[in-house]
Amino acid sequence: MANIQEKISALCPEATFEEGETLLVTVPDAKWHALAKAMKEDADLSFDYLVGITGVDWKESMGCIYYFTSTKYGTHVSVKVSTTDREKPMLHSVSDLWKVALIHEREVYDFYGIIFINHPDLRRYFLRNDWKGFPLRKDYDASDKANPIRLEAEKNEDDTVSYIEDAEGKIQKKRKLVFKPEEYVINIGPQHPSTHGVMRMRTALEGETITHIDMVTGYIHRGIEKLCEGLGYPQSLLFTDRMDYMSAHQNRHCLCLCIEKALGLEVPKRAQVIRVMMDELMRLSSHLLSYGCLTMDLGATTAFFYGFREREIILNIFEKTCGARMSLNYDTIGGVMADIDVDFANDVKALCKLMPERLKEYHKLFTGNVIANNRLRGVGVLSREDAINLSVTGPSGRGSGWACDVRKTAPYSIYNEIDFDEITETEGDSFARYMVRMREMEQCVKILEQLADNIPEGDYCAKVPKIIKLPVGHWFQQVEASRGAFGVYIESTGEKTPYRMHFNSPCLNLLGAVDPCTRGEKIADLIAINASLDYVVPDVDR
Amino acid sequence: MFDFGIVTRWFDQLLCGIMPGWLATTIEGVIIAVALILVYAVLALFYILYERKLCAWFQCRLGPMRVGRWGWMQVFADMFKILIKELIKLRNTDKFLFELAPYLVILASMLSFAVLPWGRGLQIIDFNIGVFFMIAVSGLGVIGILLAGWASDSKYTLVGALRGGAQMISCELSVAMSIMTMVVLAGTMSISGIVYAQEDAWFIFKGHVPAIIAFIIYLIAATAETNRGPFDLPEAEHELTAGYHTEYSGIHFGFFYLAEYLNLFIVSGIAALMFLGGWMPLHIPGCDGFNMVMDWIPSVIWFLGKAFFISFIIIWFKWSFPRVRIDQLLAMEWKYLMPIGLFNIALMTVVVVYGWHF
Repeated sequence: MANIQEKISALCPEATFEEGETLLVTVPDAKWHALAKAMKEDADLSFDYLVGITGVDWKESMGCIYYFTSTKYGTHVSVKVSTTDREKPMLHSVSDLWKVALIHEREVYDFYGIIFINHPDLRRYFLRNDWKGFPLRKDYDASDKANPIRLEAEKNEDDTVSYIEDAEGKIQKKRKLVFKPEEYVINIGPQHPSTHGVMRMRTALEGETITHIDMVTGYIHRGIEKLCEGLGYPQSLLFTDRMDYMSAHQNRHCLCLCIEKALGLEVPKRAQVIRVMMDELMRLSSHLLSYGCLTMDLGATTAFFYGFREREIILNIFEKTCGARMSLNYDTIGGVMADIDVDFANDVKALCKLMPERLKEYHKLFTGNVIANNRLRGVGVLSREDAINLSVTGPSGRGSGWACDVRKTAPYSIYNEIDFDEITETEGDSFARYMVRMREMEQCVKILEQLADNIPEGDYCAKVPKIIKLPVGHWFQQVEASRGAFGVYIESTGEKTPYRMHFNSPCLNLLGAVDPCTRGEKIADLIAINASLDYVVPDVDR
Repeated sequence: MFDFGIVTRWFDQLLCGIMPGWLATTIEGVIIAVALILVYAVLALFYILYERKLCAWFQCRLGPMRVGRWGWMQVFADMFKILIKELIKLRNTDKFLFELAPYLVILASMLSFAVLPWGRGLQIIDFNIGVFFMIAVSGLGVIGILLAGWASDSKYTLVGALRGGAQMISCELSVAMSIMTMVVLAGTMSISGIVYAQEDAWFIFKGHVPAIIAFIIYLIAATAETNRGPFDLPEAEHELTAGYHTEYSGIHFGFFYLAEYLNLFIVSGIAALMFLGGWMPLHIPGCDGFNMVMDWIPSVIWFLGKAFFISFIIIWFKWSFPRVRIDQLLAMEWKYLMPIGLFNIALMTVVVVYGWHF
C-alpha cells in the first residue's frame, strides 16, 4: 500500500491520502484525468479494472469515489474526486480510459447532476428525460410538484449532449445525434420475449446487420439507493433480494458482510457454512435458468424445460428452509434468519447426486448440437482486454479468459477453506460464456458436496444489538454473485441509517458490453449475445 | 382393398341420370369444396392438439389436460376463442393488402391440400401433371407472407416477411428438386400414377441410395419451406416477436396459424406420397400372406398414418433443435442442399436408365 502511495504522490503531488480498508486518494479534479491515465498505464500500478463509481453528496461538496483494482497485482485503491460547485458541478470523465465509466458516469449524472467533461453521451440513464432535479442530492425536492406523475409517454431523445474541453480549457456544450436520420432503427423492447426484463434496445440495422445499439433503461427503477438512505440497516437488507433475484442470497450476503465488517462482528461458523451453501445453491439455480433462457432464446424450447426441472428442486430446498422461493430474505446481520430445515443436508446431497447425470443430458441435448455451435461460436467476441475495460465480471468475464472470481481473488467467508476451481475459457465468444456457466455448475456441486456433510453445530446467528448503528466511515465489500462481482458501498455518519448506500451491480456492466459485442453481428446474434451475457434487468434498474 | 372410386362413380352416375351434366358437375364441385374445408379445419384442430401433446411429451409435461378427457376439447375452445376475437384495425396499414394476405396464404395451402391422394379412388383432381400443379400452388403462399409483412407497416413484420421470402423461395428449389428425383423414378407426374408405381415397393426402398438422399433433402427443405423450427426465422418468436403476422389478430391471425399447421400436414402428405407409397399398403414382394393382411387396413388410414409419422419427425425437429440464423440457412440451402439435390437427380437418372433399382 505504501508503494502505491509513493507512486501516486510522485505522479500527482497534490494528492492527499487516507488509510482505510483500501487506500483513499483525494485528487483535485484538474489533475484527475492525468493521474487516471498514469494509474492505468503505469507498469507498476496498472489499475486496469474500474470496479465502480459511487457518486456521493457530502453537502459542502459533491463528487465520486472510484474503486480500482489491478488485475496484474491484485492491489486495490480508491480515489475521491469532488467539486464544491452545486450549481453546475463538473468533473473530468474517465470514460476514454475505462469504457465501463460510460454507463457509471451517466448514472452519477442522472442522480447527482454532476457533468462529466468529455463524456461522449451525457443523457439521463434511468430517469425520464424531462425529470426535474437530481434525486440523490441531499437537498432534492421530492414533492410531486416538481415531478408530477406523467401521463404521457417519454419522447425518444435522439440528440445527446457532450461537454467538450478545448485546448485552452474552455468547456463547450455540443449536441449530436444518437442515430443518423437515414438509419433503420428497430425497437427491441420494452415488451419483448428476449430482453430478459423490461428494457429497450434501439437497434440500428443495415439489412440484418447491427450497426449500433442505444440502451434505454429505467423502466423498473425503484430508487433502492435513495430508499436505503431513509431506512435502518436491517430494513435495507430486504432490497438486495429484489435486485438480481437470481442471486438473492449472494447480494444479501454481500450487504451483510459489509455491515458486519463495519461493526466488527464475528459470524458463527455454522452461519458462514449455511450462507456459502445457499450462495452456491443460488448460483446453481441461476446458471440453470441461464441455460434454460439461452436455449429458449435460440429456439430450443425443450432444453428450457430441462433446466427448469432441476431448478425446481433447488427452489424446493429454499422453500423448506427460507419459507420462500423467490425473495428469500434469509441472510441477516450476524448470521442467518433461521436454522436450516432438518432435511436440508439430505436434500442437497440428493441434488448433488442427481446433477452430474442431468448435466450430461443438457450437453447431449444442446451443447453438441451443430446449430447451437454455429449460433454461438465466434459470435459476440469479447477480448480479455475489453472484458476488463468494460468490467465484465462473472461467468461472462471468465469466458474471455479473465480470472475475476471474487471467491478466489479476495476470498470472503469460508471460501478460502473450500476446494474448487475457477473456470475460465479463452475464446471470449458466446459459446465460451455458455460453457463457463455449464462448467461452473459442476464446481457448485463440488462445493455443496464438501459442505453438506460438514455443517458445524453451533449458533446460526451472532448476538447483534437491537439498534444497529455503524461507526463513522465508509466501507466497500464485494462478493461473487451469479452474474459477476457484486459490490456494496456504505458511507455512515454514525446514524441508524446509512448516509449513502451504493450497489455496484454486475448486470449494469454487462449491459455496457452489449453494444461493443453486437456491432457487425446479425440481429439474431443480438439475442444469442444477450442470452450468453445473461443480465437481469432488475439488477440494472436498482 | 376398398376402392372409393366405386362410390364416386355411382354418385356421379346418379346425379347425371336426373339432371344435366353441367349441374351435376357444379353440385359435385360444391360438395367437394365443403368437404375439403371441413376436413381442412378438422385436421388443423387435430394437428394443433397433436403438436401440443407431442411437445409436452418431449418436455416432460402433460400438455392440455383440463378441457375434455386428455384435453382433446382444448383445441375447440381455442378455435372458438380465435373466431370471436376482435379484428383490430390498425391505422397505418395498407388496408386492402393487409386483409388480402391471410386469404392468399390459406388459399395456397388449400389448393395444394386438394391434390393429395387420400385413399384408393379418393382424390379430388387427378391430372397428368399433378405434381407440377402441387409445386406451383404451394409456391403461392410466399406472396401472402410478403404482403402481410409489407402491409402491416411494422419493422418486425417487414424483417420477418423478407426473411420469409428469401427462405421460402430458396427452399422450394430443394423441395422441387427432390420431388423431381422421385418423378424420374416413377416416370410420371400423375399422382395416382406415382402411387400405383409403388405397388410392389415404396419408392424409398425401390430407389435406395438416391431416394434416401432425396428424402433427407426433402425433409430439411420442406421444414424450412413451411417456416417451422429450426427454420422458423420469419416468425422467430425471440427475435421478431411473431414475425410477419405480428400485427394480425382474430381470425386473420387464425388463418396464418391454420395454414401453418396444414402446411405441415401437406408436406408430410407429399412425403408420404413420394417416398412412402401414398395410400399404398406396405407390400413385401414374395410374402403374399403378409401383403394380404396389409391390404385389409383401409387405404385412408395408411395415408394418414404415414403423414402423421412424417409430421412426428418434423415436430420432433422443431422441439429439439435451436433456430438457425438466416445467413446460415441460406448458405445451407444454396451451398449444400441444392448442389446435392442436382447431383442426386443425375444419380437417380443413371439408376433408372441402367435399371439398378429394385
